[in-house]
Amino acid sequence: MSEAYIRLEQLTKRFGEFVAVRQVSLEIAKGEVFCLLGGSGCGKTTLLRMLAGFETPSEGRVWIDGVDVTDVPPYERPVNMMFQSYALFPHMTVEQNVAFGLRQDGLGRAVIAEQVRDMLALVQLEGYGKRKPHQLSGGQKQRVALARALVKRPKLLLLDEPLGALDKKLREQTQFELVKLQEKLGVTFVIVTHDQEEAMTLATRIGVMRGGEILQVGTPTDIYEFPNSRFVADFIGSVNMMAGRLSVDEADHARIDCPELGATVYIDHGVSGPPDSSVSVAIRPEKIQLSTERPSQKDNVISGVIAGVAYLGGATRYLVRLPTGFLLKVTEPNVLRHEAHFQKDEAVWLCWHGSAPVVVTR
Amino acid sequence: MNLASLKRAAQRLLPSGGWYVIAIPYLWLLLFFLIPFLIVLKISFANIALAMPPVEPVFVWTQEQILQIRLHFSNFGFVFGDSLYIEAFLTSVRIAGVSTLLALLLGYPMAYGIARAPSGWRNVLFLLVVLPFFTSFLLRVYAWLGLLGRSGPLNGLLLHLGLIHEPLQLLQTDFAVYVGMVYSYLPFMILPLYSAIEKLDLNLLEAAADLGCRPAQVFFKITLPLTKEGIFAGCLLVFIPAVGEYVIPALLGGPDTLMIGRVVWDEFFANRDWPVASALAIVLLVLLAGLVLLLQRIQAREEAT
Repeated sequence: MSEAYIRLEQLTKRFGEFVAVRQVSLEIAKGEVFCLLGGSGCGKTTLLRMLAGFETPSEGRVWIDGVDVTDVPPYERPVNMMFQSYALFPHMTVEQNVAFGLRQDGLGRAVIAEQVRDMLALVQLEGYGKRKPHQLSGGQKQRVALARALVKRPKLLLLDEPLGALDKKLREQTQFELVKLQEKLGVTFVIVTHDQEEAMTLATRIGVMRGGEILQVGTPTDIYEFPNSRFVADFIGSVNMMAGRLSVDEADHARIDCPELGATVYIDHGVSGPPDSSVSVAIRPEKIQLSTERPSQKDNVISGVIAGVAYLGGATRYLVRLPTGFLLKVTEPNVLRHEAHFQKDEAVWLCWHGSAPVVVTR
Repeated sequence: MNLASLKRAAQRLLPSGGWYVIAIPYLWLLLFFLIPFLIVLKISFANIALAMPPVEPVFVWTQEQILQIRLHFSNFGFVFGDSLYIEAFLTSVRIAGVSTLLALLLGYPMAYGIARAPSGWRNVLFLLVVLPFFTSFLLRVYAWLGLLGRSGPLNGLLLHLGLIHEPLQLLQTDFAVYVGMVYSYLPFMILPLYSAIEKLDLNLLEAAADLGCRPAQVFFKITLPLTKEGIFAGCLLVFIPAVGEYVIPALLGGPDTLMIGRVVWDEFFANRDWPVASALAIVLLVLLAGLVLLLQRIQAREEAT
């Protein structure tokens, strides 16, 4: 990471008694795609609106490219926003919508026409310039909104649920187009989304938010493989979460007693926690393997009975009931076409690698 | 053919329930608007007579079994020939136009304020706008007689502040007519404006600000064009009744505030010249209908592009 291009310092926003954003500090590098991920009411949109200038922070400062913009009104910020509803001006054509920001800057007619044409070509909307927003499909509106926000070449582009209003197929396609466009223009993106898949595909880094705070910041891999809290582990993807007690904690390995599993979880690295402390162990369903024969490995092997099978096409998801009564989620990829699946009520062995479990203390 | 298919066939022939609902107001309009209008139209082509009603019949069934239709176009010639009527029309349009403009200038900020008020307040403010309707219109106009009188509270206040040294003549002036008009018709301006402003997507205003618009520019480039329908509707709702207004100019206006409503009244009751009165009413209606159609055409064309 180079110098901080965008810097939030102890940003807090209160609405009366309610604290929407609490003491958020964050640094974003130039050209990054940063995703604010969280459920509704987590403060991600308020944070975005403070970056846009629609909300004034109760405390803290916002810096963009070395300039303190905390008190700069939205119309003077080098920031543009793509709204969730797209907010296209219904009384203007596509061209007029895209040209709107450039006109505000008082550019010449010819320059504006050229830039609008280039921008519409970039989002593959040539020939649509004379249409009104209500004559466009959802995907086309989304691209007009993107073109309108990008045409001013902002230092920072804010996207509020950019793909939220599109259907699934279109969303996947648009995700990749959005990434390509971002790489081409090199504009810094801050994206707000509640969709973890969207965040994973788009972002170079993700900030997971809850209750107005950012719980964890990291690359999609970091967030998925090394969640720092129960909430993050649970929020991103699917996870088996078990309570446990730290019984062995050496430099190269650790053991955690899990009453719910009826076994001790072996971890191939030290967790450096206080001995005997209660912790949570998180294991992703796809990191657990099923077999009919008892696996040869010594640790991390338990037995169970298949309680449920869900065939998902690319993978099969099993619910395995342990002798303790605990239900464990296991996902097996369907590599071979005629693969034999485990049947309901079949007795199975479960095992996982020592690197699979993640220990979280909060 | 069994009973069910018969029933289905009957259902196809009979209009659906929705039509009956629409039919009721149309029936009402037919009985109490269209038929009276046709009567007025007929009278406008009749000749004046010393009888009751004071008009000669237009349709006469003669003894030779001939239906005679006698249309007297002279009534319209009279209306367009006398500068008094032309002047009354022009005065009406001027007063109604200025009143509409004043109501718009006053009503827009009010409607905006109500639409943007906290939701708990909105209903209260809205109620206050329509509250005057709970009192008789005539009574409220009479109240202005008191308020604007030589010894009324407005003159009293101005005297007390030392801005004037003797009471102003406010009644029987165009000023009083404007006050009465704007006061009476302001709710009709505010209601459509409110509904237009209220449904305006706030994101659009933020998007405009985001793209570099100062608040005033946002208003003129986004808010105003997008509430145009409300402005049209409000202006029509004020302008049309204001042109034909009788009570306000009669009570508050001076002898030279000659509006068409008053002329029609005078022709009808003072001169007992029903044909000319009817002709005036018809001309007024055609003018207003033409104006409405013109505005609708303009609006439709703008939407099409």
